[in-house]
Amino acid sequence: MPRLSAEQRHTVQFTLNGRPVSGEAEPRRLLHDFLRHTLGATGTHVGCEHGVCGACTVQIDGEPARACLVLAVQADGADIRTVEGLAPAPDRLSILQECFRQFHALQCGFCTPGILMSLDAFLKREPHASEAALRDLLSGHLCRCTGYAPILRAARAAQERLSAGVP
Amino acid sequence: MKPPKFDYLRARNAAEALAVLHQEGGEARVIAGGQSLMPMLNMRFARPAVLVDVMHVAEWQCITDTDPALRIGAAVRQVAVMRHAGLGQRVPLLAAALPWLGHAQTRSRGTLCGSVAHADPSAEVPLVLAALEGSIHLRSRRKARTLSAAEFFTGMMATARADDEVIEAISVPTVRAGHGYAFREVARRHGDFAIVGCAAAAGPDDVRLAVAGVADTPRSVVLPADAKTWDDALDAFAWSLDARDDLHATARYRRELVRRLGRDVCLEAQQCRA
Repeated sequence: MPRLSAEQRHTVQFTLNGRPVSGEAEPRRLLHDFLRHTLGATGTHVGCEHGVCGACTVQIDGEPARACLVLAVQADGADIRTVEGLAPAPDRLSILQECFRQFHALQCGFCTPGILMSLDAFLKREPHASEAALRDLLSGHLCRCTGYAPILRAARAAQERLSAGVP
Repeated sequence: MKPPKFDYLRARNAAEALAVLHQEGGEARVIAGGQSLMPMLNMRFARPAVLVDVMHVAEWQCITDTDPALRIGAAVRQVAVMRHAGLGQRVPLLAAALPWLGHAQTRSRGTLCGSVAHADPSAEVPLVLAALEGSIHLRSRRKARTLSAAEFFTGMMATARADDEVIEAISVPTVRAGHGYAFREVARRHGDFAIVGCAAAAGPDDVRLAVAGVADTPRSVVLPADAKTWDDALDAFAWSLDARDDLHATARYRRELVRRLGRDVCLEAQQCRA
């Protein structure tokens, strides 16, 4: 890749939820702004913009990461998943999302897309994770509504349903 | 908060990265995982003319696991080190400290060398390097050199790295026969910046205790093996760190943590001696 000038926009290409996408970005463009404004994928929320709140968490090459601490140009060539990629069909929620609904794991919903992406990645890697490990994972997110307990209950329920193979 | 304008260069090899640093000097900043630098850019504490992305430099993507040290390249993410086979046996202190480094969502991107370059006084990786007497490998187009932690960390977020140098790797000493290791820290929440972090390496004759979060750099002291002699030495060490009051804790509280947490960590390290 040649040196990309600050003054110009450059083509950025990656896989978003399994589909190839591309757009134009200046080097300083943050990944969440590229997702939201350039690609129109507004499911990823933007909170603190300095890596503390976790609202903008997406999956990059299968790992949860804060999109506010990644430049769009850094993500060129990566495999990115956002909350839009979770539901198996437009009229169906994923097991994790369904558990969030059932256990009231969200109120205002601002932090939810980030938490879902963290949990989705983690439960795939460690389907039998302990409650302590789930709490540790959730420490990377701020939620000011729920007090976290319903989020933990939803995560535990999703764990059970996923391991039992219940659709 | 958005970053200021900068050019971006994704280096394909070490020579390309070093050439930009040679040309631009202090106007260039190396970006690896970006978990320290990106907040600095978003808050506009840093305004580089060009970012040099080193994550695709193959020479810097390796973990070399040969005694006497685990050599971790500039482009190795923290999560990759945590998943390195046998880390707990090979470098038990690093295995104990890494889960405290930020959160899973930042360890997925951040690098150990990046944490060392940022040199936050409360950071875990610099603390481990101080406790184990590890080293930092710097390279520029002019030369390569290796510094100890004591030589490298010169002040709060200040290091001996020259403008045209990159940290190409760190070496973290592997477990030594007859030694034990322990790590603990006190933070408001797990994953927050440590108020005080302590790491200890205990051998048959003595214990090296390193402390982060109190002085401007990680600092260490060597205590004799006999715990009965520690009280005065720990007290003197705690005072020598010139603790300051801040939003999170008073200087007095920090000194007390050095005394108590320091003692506990040293004892635990002795009990872990293999």
